[in-house]
Amino acid sequence: MSTSITPESRDNAQRDSGSRRSPKADQAHGADAKPNKTQVRLGDRVFLGLSRGAGITLLVIMAGIAVFLVVKALDALGDNNGNFLTDSTWVTDGSKPAFGVAGLVGGTVISAGIAMLIAVPVAVGVALFITHYAPRRVAQTLGYIVDLLAAVPSVVFGLWGLVFLSPKLLGLHTWLSDYLGWIPIFDKDETGTTARTLFTCGIILAIMVLPIIAAVTREVFLQVPRAHEEAALALGATRWEMIRTAVLPFGKPGIISASMLGLGRALGETIAVAMVLSSSQEFTYKILDPGGNTIAANIANQFAESNDLGRGALIASGLVLFVLTLLVNGAARVVINRHKEFSGANA
Amino acid sequence: MSIVKTDTAAPPAEPKPLQLTRRSMPTWIPWAVAVAAVGVGLLTKAVQGNWALGGFFAGLFYVVVVSLASWQIEDRRRASDRLATSIVYSAFVVAVVPLVSILWYTVQQGWEKLSPEFLSHSMNGVGPRDDKGGIYHAIIGTLEQVGLAGLIAVPLGLLTAIYLVEYGRGRLARTITFFVDVMTGVPSIVAGLFVYAFWILALGFEASGFAGSLALAILMLPTVVRSAEEMLKLVPNELREASLALGVPKWRTVLKVVLPTAIGGIITGVMLSIARVIGETAPLLLLVGLSQSINTDPFSGWQSSIPLFVFDQNHSGSRFAPDRAWAAALTLIIIVMLLNLVARLIARWKAPKAGR
Amino acid sequence: MTVATTRIPEPRQKTPTPGTGARDEAGMTKRIEISGLNAYYGSHLAVEDISMTIEPRTVTAFIGPSGCGKSTFIRTLNRMHELIPGARVEGSVQLDGQDLYGPTVDPVAVRRTVGMVFQRPNPFPTMSIYDNVAAGLRLNGIKKKGDLDAIVERSLRGANLWNEVKDRLNKPGSGLSGGQQQRLCIARAIAVEPQVLLMDEPCSALDPISTLAIEDLIALLKERYTIVIVTHNMQQAARVSDRTAFFNLAGPGLPGKLVEIGDTEKIFSAPEVEATADYIAGRFG
Repeated sequence: MSTSITPESRDNAQRDSGSRRSPKADQAHGADAKPNKTQVRLGDRVFLGLSRGAGITLLVIMAGIAVFLVVKALDALGDNNGNFLTDSTWVTDGSKPAFGVAGLVGGTVISAGIAMLIAVPVAVGVALFITHYAPRRVAQTLGYIVDLLAAVPSVVFGLWGLVFLSPKLLGLHTWLSDYLGWIPIFDKDETGTTARTLFTCGIILAIMVLPIIAAVTREVFLQVPRAHEEAALALGATRWEMIRTAVLPFGKPGIISASMLGLGRALGETIAVAMVLSSSQEFTYKILDPGGNTIAANIANQFAESNDLGRGALIASGLVLFVLTLLVNGAARVVINRHKEFSGANA
Repeated sequence: MSIVKTDTAAPPAEPKPLQLTRRSMPTWIPWAVAVAAVGVGLLTKAVQGNWALGGFFAGLFYVVVVSLASWQIEDRRRASDRLATSIVYSAFVVAVVPLVSILWYTVQQGWEKLSPEFLSHSMNGVGPRDDKGGIYHAIIGTLEQVGLAGLIAVPLGLLTAIYLVEYGRGRLARTITFFVDVMTGVPSIVAGLFVYAFWILALGFEASGFAGSLALAILMLPTVVRSAEEMLKLVPNELREASLALGVPKWRTVLKVVLPTAIGGIITGVMLSIARVIGETAPLLLLVGLSQSINTDPFSGWQSSIPLFVFDQNHSGSRFAPDRAWAAALTLIIIVMLLNLVARLIARWKAPKAGR
Repeated sequence: MTVATTRIPEPRQKTPTPGTGARDEAGMTKRIEISGLNAYYGSHLAVEDISMTIEPRTVTAFIGPSGCGKSTFIRTLNRMHELIPGARVEGSVQLDGQDLYGPTVDPVAVRRTVGMVFQRPNPFPTMSIYDNVAAGLRLNGIKKKGDLDAIVERSLRGANLWNEVKDRLNKPGSGLSGGQQQRLCIARAIAVEPQVLLMDEPCSALDPISTLAIEDLIALLKERYTIVIVTHNMQQAARVSDRTAFFNLAGPGLPGKLVEIGDTEKIFSAPEVEATADYIAGRFG
């Protein structure tokens, strides 16, 4: 990748900047630039080169991530005796290594799905509370607290989830399987003594992504023009009706992108799940039983003890995770674009 | 036009009596329901022996009964307003309880062990039966790894942001913006795998603190670019024009006028991104190895870091390990919180000068 | 509204003069009596001791220099003022004898009865033109498609907007021009059939032609509604209003006060207070 600056590209940059500034400023710039032309050109060239180079480096890194992961993954996939996409075994040594990500993808999606089901409504509620219900003076402090909580490291969540939360959730597991056991996902095989399950992981992930979703959603709700809220109130709307008519529709794309941000985090969360989940390689949809695993947690658990092939296989699974998060981000973008016509952007 | 005008003059709809007052629920009812809800909660606790369940049923009881009462006494619209209000308040409580619980439990568990000795000793030579050792080596590791990551990510991110705001137009800038978005979503473990595939497998380096720094830098980059971009965009164009009109070349305008104006916000963004990566465990697990002793050289040999230390102690069989894990977790939380607070203070202190 | 009713033989015929006794007794439009009203922002007194009567089915214009509390005052007439944190109101506003600030009064019902149009057109950006007009109706439990269609059409016709938008009712309201947006907001306000319509500088963000369209509309609307309009534009006050109230600051940092109120002709030709004459002559403000 070349970062050298041709005269042409410099002129382009000049023109580009000119199109944004007022013509007057550009003229002044051009006129004054003449006397010490060489000096100016050198400084500007170097600076533009540096900043453009930085941007290009960033692209190279992204390309590198994709290329290196694909190359290493393909190496490992060549030695796979199983079906990588549909199997849920993970044997990477011995004479017939066979591994597949089906179970891992299932566990990843299930735990992240549980997290979303809990976190999104609660986070929207928290954002509404801070922006529209709490007294103004308290609201700012509460906003700071939510921001601070978004910064709690995941290893701390893992430790807390393992030591404090999961024992407390055992009762809830039993209760759910007793009363809702007829629904397949709440069916429970073992009269378990541990709550280190996908369900618990989902709850912990929900707690982890909640502050992130709430923080972004809050910002979006704060952007809702006061004029729209007043329009609704002047029609005789109650507070909730005002929120439903003016705030939620305006904030919808923002809520979606905030949720996708949270979903991306939940899909990729490694350490908390690795610490809490009592994992197995088989796919399980019974979220109240121990077992199942996520892609990220599997990487963390297996990496140290894996041979070269095993690590290649883990890289391949990491690639699947990468694609999964890309799909989520892409979906968010599509949804937001679809809402553009009815967004406040052209108001 | 004339047709429309006639329309307006059409006779008014049948007159309605003016009704401004509505039957409203006496204020004592919600209070009475609240008292009853506490009773329900206590009863549940007595029967099921679980505070959480008691709290849940108490909350549910209150929300349902108040809404129903409002529906009966007032009207449907105000009942749904009350229902929404109760749900929003409950959502806040539901969110805050676990988050406060984490902080409180960590402080409670880690407080005793957290001592100057803990902070100033490594785990070198500490056996499973020794109630000794500390996180000195992990602190050194974390500082070096995060510091190096910052040295890579901040200039790179800042220059990228400058390119995007000051020069960027056209396809390259759009591509960069798009991939910054994509990068924001890269899971930390994937960043770790990439550095592993690139730095260790392809280039043949050993696991080291620096390998970890590379992964952390990748995680920091999008945050730095984003926040710096936002801040640079806030600098009013008039300032740039004023400087350019004085004959100051563009690069000096950016360095001497634009950057100083935005510097407060940029520092805040950088500190928040540091606070985010300082707690990262997953990539380090793959990249820095794990050391129990002090290694001050991030470029060779294995290192430790505070989050790795927590993870490692959690797996250790020693009966003193949990205390050490909690104390390290507490240290980590304190560092992160301090970084956040300082970042906000800088943001607030710098905000008026940014002319907003 | 059927087509038949729109084809009245003499379309330009003037309807009977508004304000005749028969209709007043029917109770469609209401007299507003304000006495001793103070409006605060926190501890700051913005408007002091205002007493006036706003006659039914007339247009009353509020004029006065910037910051004299006209907008604050108009927002006390439908209890929008108190929505600003720390803001409160003292005194009484009676709508046909009922105090809007009475202890058992529901502010939501007040706002439903006293509609408001704002300075900047504020159609809901996420809604279509149709949904914008229907928004208030849906809140009040009118859900049937047929009913909604009829009222939406009637309101858009009432706001002189029907012919311009009838083919694109499902397009976003934010795609209209500024003047059309403002008329859309008026249609939205009259769809819920309020008794009083408050307009807070409704034309200040519009071009002259759109302004004219709104002024025409006001002249029509006053046959059905009691209208209060805040305006910075003296000619506008003279053109559209029957009565004019002049507000002024008692001094820098002091609260705004009502200087005088009277028939528009009289205020503009022979005001009782010298400050009013000075203001109207453009000597300050």
